[in-house]
Amino acid sequence: MTDAIRVKEEQPGVLSRILRSDLFYSFRRSPITVISAAVTLVLILAALFAPWIAPHDPFDPASLDIMNSLLPPQWTADGQAGFLLGTDDQGRDVLSTILYGMRISLAVGFASVVLAMALGVTLGLIAGYVGGITDTIIMRVADVQLTFPAILTALLIDGVARALAGPQAYEEIVVFVLVLSIGLSFWVQYARTVRGSVLVEANKEYVLAARLIGLRSSTIMFRHVLPNVVGPVLVIATINLALAIITEATLSFLGVGVPPTQPSLGTLIRIGNDYLFSGEWWVTIFPGITLAILALAVNLLGDWLRDALNPKLR
Amino acid sequence: MHRQTLFSRMVGGAARAAVIVGALAAATLAAQAEGKTLRFAFQGTLNALDPYSLNETFTLGMLGNVYEGLTKRDKDLKIIPGLAESWETIDPLHWRFHLRKNVTFSNGDAFNADDVLFSAERVRADGSDLKTRIPADSEWKKVDDYTVDVTLKTPNPILFAEWDTWYIMDKEWAEKEGATKPVSAKDTNPGPAAYKANGTGPFTIESHEPGVKTVFKRRDGYWGEKLIDTNLDGVVFTPIASDSTRVAALLSGDVDLIEPVPVQDVDRVNKDPNTAALTGPELRAIFLNMNQIRDELPTSNIKGKNPFKDPNVRKAFYQAIDIEAIDKRVMRGLATPIPLLIAPQLYSAPDLKRWPYDPEAAKKLLTDAGYPDGFTVGMDCPNDRYVNDEQICQAVVSMLAKIGVKVNLNAQPKAKYFAKVLAPGGYDNDFSLLGWTPSSFDSWNVFVSLATCRDATGKGGPFNLGGYCNPKVDELAKQIVVETDVDKRNQMVHDAYKILLDDTSHIPLHQQSLAWGKRKNLDIVQRSDDQVLFYWAKLN
Repeated sequence: MTDAIRVKEEQPGVLSRILRSDLFYSFRRSPITVISAAVTLVLILAALFAPWIAPHDPFDPASLDIMNSLLPPQWTADGQAGFLLGTDDQGRDVLSTILYGMRISLAVGFASVVLAMALGVTLGLIAGYVGGITDTIIMRVADVQLTFPAILTALLIDGVARALAGPQAYEEIVVFVLVLSIGLSFWVQYARTVRGSVLVEANKEYVLAARLIGLRSSTIMFRHVLPNVVGPVLVIATINLALAIITEATLSFLGVGVPPTQPSLGTLIRIGNDYLFSGEWWVTIFPGITLAILALAVNLLGDWLRDALNPKLR
Repeated sequence: MHRQTLFSRMVGGAARAAVIVGALAAATLAAQAEGKTLRFAFQGTLNALDPYSLNETFTLGMLGNVYEGLTKRDKDLKIIPGLAESWETIDPLHWRFHLRKNVTFSNGDAFNADDVLFSAERVRADGSDLKTRIPADSEWKKVDDYTVDVTLKTPNPILFAEWDTWYIMDKEWAEKEGATKPVSAKDTNPGPAAYKANGTGPFTIESHEPGVKTVFKRRDGYWGEKLIDTNLDGVVFTPIASDSTRVAALLSGDVDLIEPVPVQDVDRVNKDPNTAALTGPELRAIFLNMNQIRDELPTSNIKGKNPFKDPNVRKAFYQAIDIEAIDKRVMRGLATPIPLLIAPQLYSAPDLKRWPYDPEAAKKLLTDAGYPDGFTVGMDCPNDRYVNDEQICQAVVSMLAKIGVKVNLNAQPKAKYFAKVLAPGGYDNDFSLLGWTPSSFDSWNVFVSLATCRDATGKGGPFNLGGYCNPKVDELAKQIVVETDVDKRNQMVHDAYKILLDDTSHIPLHQQSLAWGKRKNLDIVQRSDDQVLFYWAKLN
């Protein structure tokens, strides 16, 4: 878009600016991305509005009837109306538990990505901009952490928190512990990416100019450099969201995540796993499919964003 | 390029796996050529081999393949002579035991009266978990090498009821190994005899790695060949904690016998042409405790008083629980509701029945007791001790919610659970689930363990988690243990159970079923005390 057009239209709205951007064009042209975005949006909305759209409240024990336990999905021969995806071992509606479980999965996913991003971006900026011994220390710590799989780091933090808090208190803070452990295990990627970009940006003229007029380092870092390295960060964040959701599910599947009383998708899969041999597949398969769809959709979005923001691929 | 590397790596991995599988197969074939080896997997581990360390069914059952007591129990749990050939009561306070001759321990040492006296000392020493097997104040005297006299302070008609699991150890061997004192299961240093065993039984332990593998071997020169029926040369025991992994191991033929089969997988195991589930009633009663000894329940919203002190509240809880539904759905039919704190096979009376399930009546009882809107209470529950224990507790929570009682469930592994709710944890429970098998198979054990008054430190009924106290029950228990007239004794047992039922001292739930899974080519005897005894196992 040329300057001439912009003059004519004077102050286009945010929406129209988005709609006319290159990014949105590339988005529109990719049907897979549109579908992934739609699926992600539907799942997020479903989780957000779970109390209103779920047919049952799985956390109200008075509403459960043990005689309704392990009913198969509604469309099968023994299915019962009202339980679309069947029920689990306590008579909870599987569809409702998935909707409620997704809330915890998504909340932990988003929160831990935000934490990892905040931590990684800050450390990466400092390392890249300040350089010297600070840079060495931060990046060597990052290197050491990279040698461990993220899940190990998360397990370690989770284990320490559990031992420190004791079982009863742990259950109350478990969601925060999960956010912390996943967030702390994912910051390295952001730090390395941001540091790399900062090293490139730091020698550019606008940075030199900002220095010359005597701005403080922190102002230059966050107000001038950061906006120019934010592209790759967004890409990592999107892909990490799927990773974080899966990590939370893995932790819960291993039994160190959220307890069965407030299950996430991973907890639901773990509980259902016990019933796989006996043919009650729906208890574990449906949460599993939901997790797979959620992770796939977010991943596809991330892939698209990576390609769309990469000038070499245009 | 990248893909090729990955592919070649996968091929390499597969080749390596094939080599390992091949080696395993070769090892299995070699084992089969040597003789028949039973491969057995249990959900828990076998720790120290000291037979006095842990009073627990599984450990004692496994050691029962290696060690023997003065008495044994046959396939129907009837007491038969073991290392004692016969015994007689000279008068109610004096017993004489005639020991079996020509019995040797697996190291070749001869068995005689010295070993019995040594074992009687050792089982009562500090660190022993089986102190109650013989009265603490009884006196043991050697008459000759094969005769032992026991002098009691009070009459005890069920003196040797639990002696089948009081295993006789070899005095010389224990002295040589430095194992003359029992090592408590709580002790972090397992002691010199923890990984060795030397008994008079039909098997020996060849190697023992706790939590990994234990290898049993059949021994020559066992005295009781007539009593046993096995063609095994050895047994390899491995613990497999995960339910589904254990079932998968059985279905794929990696093991011949597993315990337990999760109730939901019993059908699956039966449907497979090569496997079958062995089910039968277990002598364990599962019940709920309600804390009546505390003046205020810390987990409740009712302050200044304890609702469980009111028998009507306890009865309301009882009648709100639909045990039939739990047994049908959670236990899939593999449990039987019980009216008393004991399995019906051990004691039952036609007039002692469960209070009926009746949520309306329960609600009314609660209203009459002054809690029309119910109240809040915390519940403690193990999640890896009894069959589907946590699921049972969850079902109880939702049933009580229907009469307005809000229960906050705290389900945790048995180690943490027992540490909290039993005496060492100060009986810290308001409402909890427990299972009990009287090891003497006699009601007296139930009363003195579960239902006699106790103080805060556990003096009195040591497993009376709710602290139920009725002096009439205490008095009856005192009389029952010394009463030698069978009819009078039975009447007193009946009276005691009647009081417990009328007071709603506990909420008896059900008797769970044993569920073992086996390959079809294995024949094994399943005794209702849940001991896995290899000497009645045959591989075809």
